[in-house]
Amino acid sequence: MREMHHYTMNFGPQHPAAHGVLRLILEMDGEVIRRADPHIGLLHRGTEKLAESKPFNQSIGYMDRLDYVSMMCNEHGYVLAIEKLLGIEPPARAQYIRIMFDEITRILNHLMWLGSHALDIGAMTVFLYCFKAREDLMDCYEAVSGSRMHATYYRPGGVHRDLPGQMPRFESARRSQAEIKRFNRARDGSLLDFIGDFAQRFPGSIDEYETLLTDNRIWKQRTVGIGVVSPERAIALGFTGPMLRGSGIAWDLRKKQPYDGYANIDFDVPVGVNGDCYDRYLVRIEEMRQSVHIINQCVTWLRSNPGPVMTDLHKVAPPSREEMKHDMEALIHHFKLFTEGYCPPVGEVYAAIEAPKGEFGVYLISDGANKPYRVKIRPPAFVHLSAMEEMVLGHMLPDLVAVIGTMDIVFGEVDR
Amino acid sequence: MNQLELETLLEKVVPGGVVTRDVAGDLVLEVDAGQWLEAAKLLKDHPDLYFEQLIDLCGVDYHTYGESEWIGQRSTFSGFSRAVHREGEAKGDSLAERYAVVVHFLSLKHNHRLRVRTFCPDNDMPLVDSLCSLWSVANWFEREAFDLYGIVFDGHPDLRRILTDYGFVGHPFRKDFPLSGHVEPRFDPEKGRVIYEPVTSIDPRTLVPRVIRSDHRYEVKSPQSAVEKE
Repeated sequence: MREMHHYTMNFGPQHPAAHGVLRLILEMDGEVIRRADPHIGLLHRGTEKLAESKPFNQSIGYMDRLDYVSMMCNEHGYVLAIEKLLGIEPPARAQYIRIMFDEITRILNHLMWLGSHALDIGAMTVFLYCFKAREDLMDCYEAVSGSRMHATYYRPGGVHRDLPGQMPRFESARRSQAEIKRFNRARDGSLLDFIGDFAQRFPGSIDEYETLLTDNRIWKQRTVGIGVVSPERAIALGFTGPMLRGSGIAWDLRKKQPYDGYANIDFDVPVGVNGDCYDRYLVRIEEMRQSVHIINQCVTWLRSNPGPVMTDLHKVAPPSREEMKHDMEALIHHFKLFTEGYCPPVGEVYAAIEAPKGEFGVYLISDGANKPYRVKIRPPAFVHLSAMEEMVLGHMLPDLVAVIGTMDIVFGEVDR
Repeated sequence: MNQLELETLLEKVVPGGVVTRDVAGDLVLEVDAGQWLEAAKLLKDHPDLYFEQLIDLCGVDYHTYGESEWIGQRSTFSGFSRAVHREGEAKGDSLAERYAVVVHFLSLKHNHRLRVRTFCPDNDMPLVDSLCSLWSVANWFEREAFDLYGIVFDGHPDLRRILTDYGFVGHPFRKDFPLSGHVEPRFDPEKGRVIYEPVTSIDPRTLVPRVIRSDHRYEVKSPQSAVEKE
């Protein structure tokens, strides 16, 4: 019989640890990976091409569907690019609402990441804990936009509507009164009260996750020293976000190139030391704590500062329903905005935000038409995935799963 | 270092490069395709520029730039028509050079960004040098630009398609590639597998026509008129 040294293995695209539709062609030497070739594009929908055939505002909904676990951050990147092109700025209240929802989204994303990453490596309980907390945050999404995930809440010039004064409550004929009362415990007041209450109890939940993982022997065996990236390589490989900070580089766009009022917010940027999966885990956990801190600042500010949440430039923003009923110009503006859209100046812009996964950038080319000429989305996970081969070489097959987990990949944005 | 200093430094460091500012004040450096790699090297290695990170690289097709589907000038005496004229689709005479490669650089050390653009000289065989040797991250971005626009990167170690299907024909993001595509897959119960057929189920349609309107608010801001004023 011929002696075999290397053999080729197919991983995915339908594999629970592939986080969607990642197909990997692996060349194995026993249990050791000698070559890894990711095949992507199984979820390619041509978002950028579709955006070229639609007025600017109609593509906001597509942005939710890119990285479908950090929806509003994607919207933020796109909306920011349009605002930069038009040269407008949203009112202060809209900026604070955006910051608050960006941080809610960051927690949503990191919880999804933590749950699935832990599940991949073999810790079932964390997954259930994380999804319990995610429910509350998705209720915030729903309260503000009517949709649990794909919100389309951010608009050029502000946000779609102000925060609701009444948090939706549970009602059910099939459940007992006591149970309904327990569900509605924090829902007596406004959305801000609910978010404030969440921010009070969520640090306790993070402590619970940490009790399960941080000093857990199995967790450390699976993550310490796995997928180590040196700071120099992290820069050359184009890493951003927690992947870059995990390697010890304190780079955060919210601090370095603040957008939409982040300059007024107080928070710290956690960095790792060793650049392995465990450090990236610690960085993301600390980011969740910082997000809670930011949410608290926003809740305080928003409570005491009522005001408009949308710019009054009616070329970009629709006029209020009341105004439309008695003002002909308002009606015309509304009609033109929703049938034709608006024509921004000729030019090209690049706007980037610190999304939960890294730098999410949008490069817009406008030739003065009501539709973008070209939209290029710079997805962080695409870049991180391209470093896959370098990170897993020489590791064992089960470590591959840990590396996929630590990269926090979502195929909606890798494939676009 | 502020934008102005960066602008003068760029002009000094990169010979033959044209530095401009875009609408929102972004710095743009335009270089010839011949000096693409050389200019990138200068940008990376110069201690005061030091663009150590390549944030984004993408292809652009300027084939129909500035063309609108719906001319509104005649509307005053004949009224608007909702129909869009299609016979002149993708005229593409607006620019001699269609394909461009655009890169966004970031310097973590100095905290500044730069956009660099080059046009590929030959429309039938767009070719530029690969940046893979300088930034590892360029690898997949260049594969993407090759896949979607057919731009060939000279010196790329592994230039394969990346996003489109296995066996895909054409470059889907080119402006003369229809939005609905050329083929659509369908499961054939007789053959027992998925087959590809020419697109029949989707009619080409335009819900919102592409219009370009001159807006006095933006004319003042455009860099050309600002120069004329001076």
